Amino acid sequence: MEVGIVSYGAYLPRYRIAPQEIGRVWGTDGDAMSRNLLIFSKSVPSPDEDVITISIEAARNMMRRCDVDPCDIGAIYVGSESHPYAVKPTGTVVAEAIGASPNLTVADYEFACKAGTAGIQTCMGLVGSGMIEYGVAIGADTSQGAPGDALEYSASAGGAAYLIGSKNIVARIDRTCSFTTDTPDFWRREGQCYPSHGGRFTGEPAYFKHIMAASQSLMEKMSSKPADYAHAVFHQPNGKFPVRVAKQLGFSEKQIEAGLLTPFIGNTYSGAVPLGLASVLDIAKPGDRIFAVAYGSGAGSDAFDITVTNEILELRRDAAPTVKDLVEHKKFLDYATYAKFRGKIRMKGGAE
Amino acid sequence: MAVARFWRENEPRYNLTGAKCGNCGRLYFPPRTVCPVCHRKSIGKMGPFKLQGTGEVITFSVVHDAPSQFELQKPYVIAIIQMDEGIRVTGQVIDCDPAEVNIGMKVQAVIRRLGEEGASGIIYYGYKFMPLTPPAAPRPPE
Ligand SMILES: [Zn+2]
Repeated sequence: MEVGIVSYGAYLPRYRIAPQEIGRVWGTDGDAMSRNLLIFSKSVPSPDEDVITISIEAARNMMRRCDVDPCDIGAIYVGSESHPYAVKPTGTVVAEAIGASPNLTVADYEFACKAGTAGIQTCMGLVGSGMIEYGVAIGADTSQGAPGDALEYSASAGGAAYLIGSKNIVARIDRTCSFTTDTPDFWRREGQCYPSHGGRFTGEPAYFKHIMAASQSLMEKMSSKPADYAHAVFHQPNGKFPVRVAKQLGFSEKQIEAGLLTPFIGNTYSGAVPLGLASVLDIAKPGDRIFAVAYGSGAGSDAFDITVTNEILELRRDAAPTVKDLVEHKKFLDYATYAKFRGKIRMKGGAE
Repeated sequence: MAVARFWRENEPRYNLTGAKCGNCGRLYFPPRTVCPVCHRKSIGKMGPFKLQGTGEVITFSVVHDAPSQFELQKPYVIAIIQMDEGIRVTGQVIDCDPAEVNIGMKVQAVIRRLGEEGASGIIYYGYKFMPLTPPAAPRPPE
């Protein structure tokens, strides 16, 4: 059975902060940070936004583009490392808010930055086996770096939702494969506000090794080469890593352009590849082949080979904002307002 | 507010679901179980009706003296919105400066956190309104 994307939707908070503004407060060279990370601004959620609200807005944008009855959705998986509750699934609220309750299965996923793509794979299995008609996979985060930590320059917020099914597929998922190991590059213990990273583990043995392995394995299975793809999307913890990994694999800068968002919105973690892919689907034409590879610390990579179908022309893409619309609809904050929004200021009574 | 009371109102707060009288066709938000115009004739005829979520600001007020829950958001705007379906809903207008809000401004409902029962309590979600962004210009075919 052919399985693929039936619809998709994205959401980004409106607020942004620039690395120069963060650097000004911490006495760090913000311009140098911006150049090193290739990040010009990052998105910041409002105090009343979290992974539940971002997931719902993305899922509603997804439903606006198609005519699928929400009652036909048999599963919702929300991947995030910043679920508002430690115990009570984000997906329960999402299901209710898009009218999919109560006859469906729901679970929250966690795998650092690749929990959203893990949800897509699960939905593919459930749809492909005939267990459900449609499944929804969402990747969303409102991640934080400790004040003054390098992660503070990149950790941002946003998400995207995918409706996976076997009818009216706008983008067929030809194949997916993963590569997973026990690598201590980045983690956060229960109850800790901010994550820790394993210094020398963050680059080569983590991001690059896993993405390269999953990508090469997928191209081997598909007997394909980089030139076969119109677009490629790689996980983007900063603006530089995806450019470097693309080059190492043999993809051009032009191929990754449409899906490269981190320079403008920062690292949206579980939202990163889902948003990058949404940005590609916003402009994709029938026949376009897309290569998408997520990476999650801990560590693992999920790779996807996707082919856009003629159905994309029937999808009401203009019924919801494009990723570009969301990226450009922005408002900059100063650091003090940002710190207040993100609960970095300790309040009497302990808000946040 | 009690968890149970809030939970009972999840559907109207998440999805702006009101009630429509099957006798006279009037809409109510929040939903009612009996139509105040038709009384007994409406019993058993009140059905759910989902608002589209778009409307315009009829009047508004800027809140500077906020309850402690809303301390992080002040000053914030509370407005009465005339929904496109003709009924009025009160809600917060967000994602813009209070100075940008004006009477007649088109808004669109979004879901946000409304509050929480302290750091370990339940979180409440529901509608707020943000300025309606004009639909993007159609992209030229590539
Ligand atoms: Zn009536």
